[in-house]
Amino acid sequence: MTLAVDSIKHLAQTACTIRMDIVEMLNKAGSGHTGGSLSAADIVTALYFHKMRHMPSDPKWPERDRFILCKGHAAPVLYAALARSGYFPLDELKTLRQFGSRLQGHPDSRKLPGVEISTGSLGQGLSVSCGLALSGKMDGKSWRVYALLGDGELQEGQVWEAAMAAAHYGLDNLTAIIDNNGLQIDGACSEVMCVDSISDKFASFGWDTINIDGHNMEEITDALDRAQAHKGRPTAIIARTIKGKGCSLFEGKVEYHGTPPSDKELEAALKELGGVE
Amino acid sequence: MSKVATREAYGKALLELGKKNPSVVALDADLSGSTKTKVFGKEFPERFVNVGIAEQNLMGIAAGLSLGGKIPFASTFAVFATGRAWEQIRQSICYPGLNVKIVASHAGITVGEDGGSHQSVEDISLMRTIPAMTVIVPADGVETAKAITAMGEYAGPTYIRVGRAKTEIIYDDSYSFRVGKANVLKKGADVTVIACGVMVPEAMKAADELLAEGISAGVINMSTIKPLDSDAVIEAAKGSGAIVTAEEHSIIGGLGSAVAEVISEACPVPLVRVGIKDVFGTSGKPDDLMEKYGLTANDIKKAAKEAVAKKPRKV
Repeated sequence: MTLAVDSIKHLAQTACTIRMDIVEMLNKAGSGHTGGSLSAADIVTALYFHKMRHMPSDPKWPERDRFILCKGHAAPVLYAALARSGYFPLDELKTLRQFGSRLQGHPDSRKLPGVEISTGSLGQGLSVSCGLALSGKMDGKSWRVYALLGDGELQEGQVWEAAMAAAHYGLDNLTAIIDNNGLQIDGACSEVMCVDSISDKFASFGWDTINIDGHNMEEITDALDRAQAHKGRPTAIIARTIKGKGCSLFEGKVEYHGTPPSDKELEAALKELGGVE
Repeated sequence: MSKVATREAYGKALLELGKKNPSVVALDADLSGSTKTKVFGKEFPERFVNVGIAEQNLMGIAAGLSLGGKIPFASTFAVFATGRAWEQIRQSICYPGLNVKIVASHAGITVGEDGGSHQSVEDISLMRTIPAMTVIVPADGVETAKAITAMGEYAGPTYIRVGRAKTEIIYDDSYSFRVGKANVLKKGADVTVIACGVMVPEAMKAADELLAEGISAGVINMSTIKPLDSDAVIEAAKGSGAIVTAEEHSIIGGLGSAVAEVISEACPVPLVRVGIKDVFGTSGKPDDLMEKYGLTANDIKKAAKEAVAKKPRKV
């Protein structure tokens, strides 16, 4: 099912708003992860504002689809999506990383409604997603589990333990999305530790795979629908993205992995994002 | 005296718990025959998850099952559960405060012939240090079964340590186990032995022999290492004026350390720790290893005398 042009446009506009939230809250916080939050903005928007069944007024609604941010350092994109969905007041985004805030440096499920599980230590989220999907299967539930991983995260061996298990248990209610922005803290993934052929890797572990442009809303929503239609196997969506996407100052720049926008950079970023239709 | 391996008692108790509570699920990492989760898996294959040789994934999947409303019991050998998957237990289970029960078998040196690579001498220490984790070391098969049954109602991450070797049964069915509550087996005027696991029957033997030599030694089974029953420790320290701890575990970080932390702050009295002296294990028969590493009733007796000798003389 392809979305109407208007819906696609509307989602793209929402993603732009999410990006503005991200740069604003990171600037206010004075620390945090800019690049990987921006690269995942379109994917997270498609999930929260189109694909997932969820109920912000009842975060624990039993029939909800579950989202696990395996790459927990991209917390700002999750917080923006949750706030814009109505899980908590937008104003609270300003408290990111501050003492006493529910918006911890990495997502904390004990503090913030809407966060399914605390994450931040890379490589663990896909295992948790598998266990959650397995519980859904055991109970014959129709809700789905969406796991968002970084590409650098694939260097963690545990990811492949989980990948093996997801295929073994036929977890077709699990979709993993790889934010393939090609960069990690110390440099390009290809230089630090090659994670190439991501699609082949998952396929050889028994997954269905879909390769998309992670900034093309039509491709993202279409891939999420196709993943749901696949039966008997989990699906990995490998989303080619640009780190820092949406703000040319940060795009493809490894130094913005963990650097927040300065006041000047924020101004430029907001101007650029504001110009997007 | 009859003997039962605590892992056997675990397998049976888990099956019974599973019959009563449909939310109970069991996980293993290719050691289900050894940890005895196979007993549950045979009866409830749809609630049994074998993740293969992948302990990190074992803990992550257990966390996910807990998120989905299940009560997961994850089992493997203690050395792998607490060592290989320590950070998964910290980040994916304890930090989010999930209701996952980790029941690790083949703990301590009584693993025997498999040798030092498989003998966890530091698992209690590793688990005790994680915030919010409950740590239980049952003394025998009866207490193991009672502790497992109690887990059906006890919320929160919990580590339960069971063993491979058949060990003495000290309780009968009238015993009532409570998380966080010490069981005073014997009161003593001169010294109190605070023990856990297989060292509890050794402590009982030592106390009997000490009495014949004119020393009144009390024995406490401290099966919950965390949260520690500090009141029981302080009462023993005040009542007998000297403490011996006994555990089949390193003297660093386990029961001995937990007791030392309490008495040094609340009621300083002489303390002697019986345990593995900061070394790795080796292959051998469990009884020979208990002797080699100083974990017999005799070692407890010696420690008790040493503790008594350290007490300030009454003037």
